[in-house]
Amino acid sequence: MSDTTDTGPVLAADGTPLKRSLARALRMQKLRALMLIAPLLLFVLLTFILPIVDMLFRSVENQIVSETLPKTVVELQEWDASSGEAPGEAVFAALAADMKIAVEAKTHTRLGSRLNYEKTGLSSLFRKSGRKVKRWDLAEDAPFKQKFIDIDEDWGDVDVWRTLQTYSPAFTNGYFLNSIDMQKGVDGPEARPENQQIYITLFGRTLFMSLVITASCILLGYPVAWILANLPSRTANLLMILVLLPFWTSLLVRTSAWKVMLQQQGVINDVLVWLGLVADDSRLVMINNQFGTIVAMTHILLPFMILPMYSVMQTIAPTYLRAAKSLGATNWTAFWRVYFPQSVPGIGAGSILVFILAIGYYITPEIVGGTKGVFISNRIAYHISSSLNWGLAAALGTILLAVVLLLYWAYDKIVGIDNVKLG
Amino acid sequence: MANSASTDAFVEFERVQKSYDGETLVVKDLNLQMPQGEFLTMLGPSGSGKTTCLMMLAGFETATHGDIRLDGVSINNIPPHKRGIGMVFQNYALFPHMTIAENLSFPLEVRKMGKSDREAKIKRALDMVEMGDFGGRRPSQLSGGQQQRVALARALVFEPELVLMDEPLGALDKQLREKMQFEITHLAHSLGITTVYVTHDQTEALTMSDRVAVFDDGRIQQLAPPDQLYEAPVNSFVAQFIGENNTLEGTVKEIKAGRALVQLDDGGLIDCTPVHDSVQAGARTRVSIRPERVEYNKDRLQEGAHTLKAEVLEFIYMGDIFRTRLRVAGNEEFIIKTRNAPDQVRLKPGEQIEIGWLPEDCRALDA
Ligand SMILES: Nc1ncnc2c1ncn2[C@@H]1O[C@H](COP(=O)(O)OP(=O)(O)OP(=O)(O)O)[C@@H](O)[C@H]1O
Ligand SMILES: [Mg+2]
Repeated sequence: MSDTTDTGPVLAADGTPLKRSLARALRMQKLRALMLIAPLLLFVLLTFILPIVDMLFRSVENQIVSETLPKTVVELQEWDASSGEAPGEAVFAALAADMKIAVEAKTHTRLGSRLNYEKTGLSSLFRKSGRKVKRWDLAEDAPFKQKFIDIDEDWGDVDVWRTLQTYSPAFTNGYFLNSIDMQKGVDGPEARPENQQIYITLFGRTLFMSLVITASCILLGYPVAWILANLPSRTANLLMILVLLPFWTSLLVRTSAWKVMLQQQGVINDVLVWLGLVADDSRLVMINNQFGTIVAMTHILLPFMILPMYSVMQTIAPTYLRAAKSLGATNWTAFWRVYFPQSVPGIGAGSILVFILAIGYYITPEIVGGTKGVFISNRIAYHISSSLNWGLAAALGTILLAVVLLLYWAYDKIVGIDNVKLG
Repeated sequence: MANSASTDAFVEFERVQKSYDGETLVVKDLNLQMPQGEFLTMLGPSGSGKTTCLMMLAGFETATHGDIRLDGVSINNIPPHKRGIGMVFQNYALFPHMTIAENLSFPLEVRKMGKSDREAKIKRALDMVEMGDFGGRRPSQLSGGQQQRVALARALVFEPELVLMDEPLGALDKQLREKMQFEITHLAHSLGITTVYVTHDQTEALTMSDRVAVFDDGRIQQLAPPDQLYEAPVNSFVAQFIGENNTLEGTVKEIKAGRALVQLDDGGLIDCTPVHDSVQAGARTRVSIRPERVEYNKDRLQEGAHTLKAEVLEFIYMGDIFRTRLRVAGNEEFIIKTRNAPDQVRLKPGEQIEIGWLPEDCRALDA
């Protein structure tokens, strides 16, 4: 050790310190590697990372109030909601000024829709007021308080103002509260009325059904993967095509096929009635409920379970089973103590795949789920495309993402993620 | 069969045949008897059916025809796990998800042995192969030689009377292999276990075994102790397969007083010992001589012995021995080996010499 301090840093041929010339050589290599993966990196960034970040942001973002009504928001800070009276003239004057600008830019209706998520009636209130305010003259028409109340007496309502005040900060936890069936009350978060509670149930159902689907996939897939792995490779390849066949058929077609199979006048019911197992007037309800969703999704996700299992099982040499038997184990013991533990990484990989796919599945529950069999993703889609409440959709999506990450973490703690093998 | 106990053989193959595809016989008419405590090696080229025989004995393949008996009892219908035969696989087959101790514990657990008994036996077995400190490791954390020892310990821990080993040393380097060869034979003999050992390495077969069965083409070509196998091969396959060997081809001229006079194809005459049944006057024969039994020093040859002319092609110095390649009767691969002694003549390429040997060392075999 003392040697190196005595002689100083080792020098390269051209006299620069060896460390630096090594770093330079490596930097070139790294740069070249980076340039090679740059297109992919950019692609992933633009189509994957950014949307997720945007979604996370949208779930708490609430700048629309402070941007549309900047003066009002400042004035409203002074107001005490518990006083039981509407705010004073200063606030209304600010509101008039803000509205004037907002009406010009036509942003007041958007604000109305946004606030309507929190309190119904606000959308029409803003639209109605917008029309009137347009004709006012800010300098001459003061005071404005009575004028606003004349347009709609809701402007005198403390609740309306409280809503405005609650949602004036640029960021809000309102969407998240909504996602777990709560809302912002007078003193902090409170539960929503019973008849509006839906998300907790949906999350619970999504998790539960995904687990059931994963479990059915394991039960059905394991023997298939085992047979595939133990057949001669020619036959196995042939059968593999059967496993992969569903991939080549449209998802919609397969799901609709289940509708044909499972409906009350469908194939299965017809056969059961024909066999006399079920009376004609009490045909089984197997579709548009949870049962239908589980059956159809198990069928659709099964290949994702079989493939990793198969590739792991293929690597388990048959000599292990022979060794176990030569050591005195019965067929069952040899399987359970020697083969099965070695196939667990395949089950793990398959389960993670299937579970994560299932938890965010949308099309199949939409078609065969009815009302009792829909998933949280169907609700998210509804908020994205019908109710246009993107903030709530983002909050629901964020929670879903968090749940998946949490389960992934738990899986890592319990089973170990390096125990997952795709082949 | 009623007369199954008529012999006192511990392991017995009687007229066993095996076919995988119903078209070709992989094992043809196998007859073999092993007394208890014997170390028998099955030796043969790749694909000669050695593993197949072992698998039939272990119960993983069924014999197409014939009877396999263990201690006088036919085991054709006993499933593998009830045969109580220890087995060491070519790739060891240690269970990767279990530690070494758990691997060894497995056969004891399936035999429902109590915990304290198990631990004592595991410890004894691991100490026996000098792996006592490795019980907590996983197979992947061991070297090849260490895995091999564990595999051996696992096959022995439940005290089977018969142990089968299928090329257990195939993956090891030469030095480790020689060390393990010694250890395995030593263990087998000290524990008195009957062992069937499969290899295609002939040195391994010769150094380890009580008897060697040379397999070829689904048959046992010769079953004999190592020295007999080397010095008295019964046919040219065995002569070729075991050790280094020179062959010359010719025709038998006459047989007289236990000696055969063979005329080689280029006219030279040699004296041989007739071995194979087919060696009759007028028949073609293949003559086999071990390289170390060839003599070129005229003084040491017997009076009146036949000699052959030879030309030295190559001289290789190998330390303890000299290896010289000659052209003899048209054969350019004729090898002689001589000890590196102070008075030994070192031949030079191009030199013309005469070679000879004792008639006992020259065996006339099937053509
Ligand atoms: N499961 C099987 N199915 C069909 N043929 C087989 C099977 N196992 C072995 N064979 C054939 O049987 C013959 C003997 O095989 P075996 O494994 O007994 O040879 P071996 O003597 O052990 O050879 P090696 O020294 O290479 O291990 C070979 O020709 C092989 O192709
Ligand atoms: Mg073999």
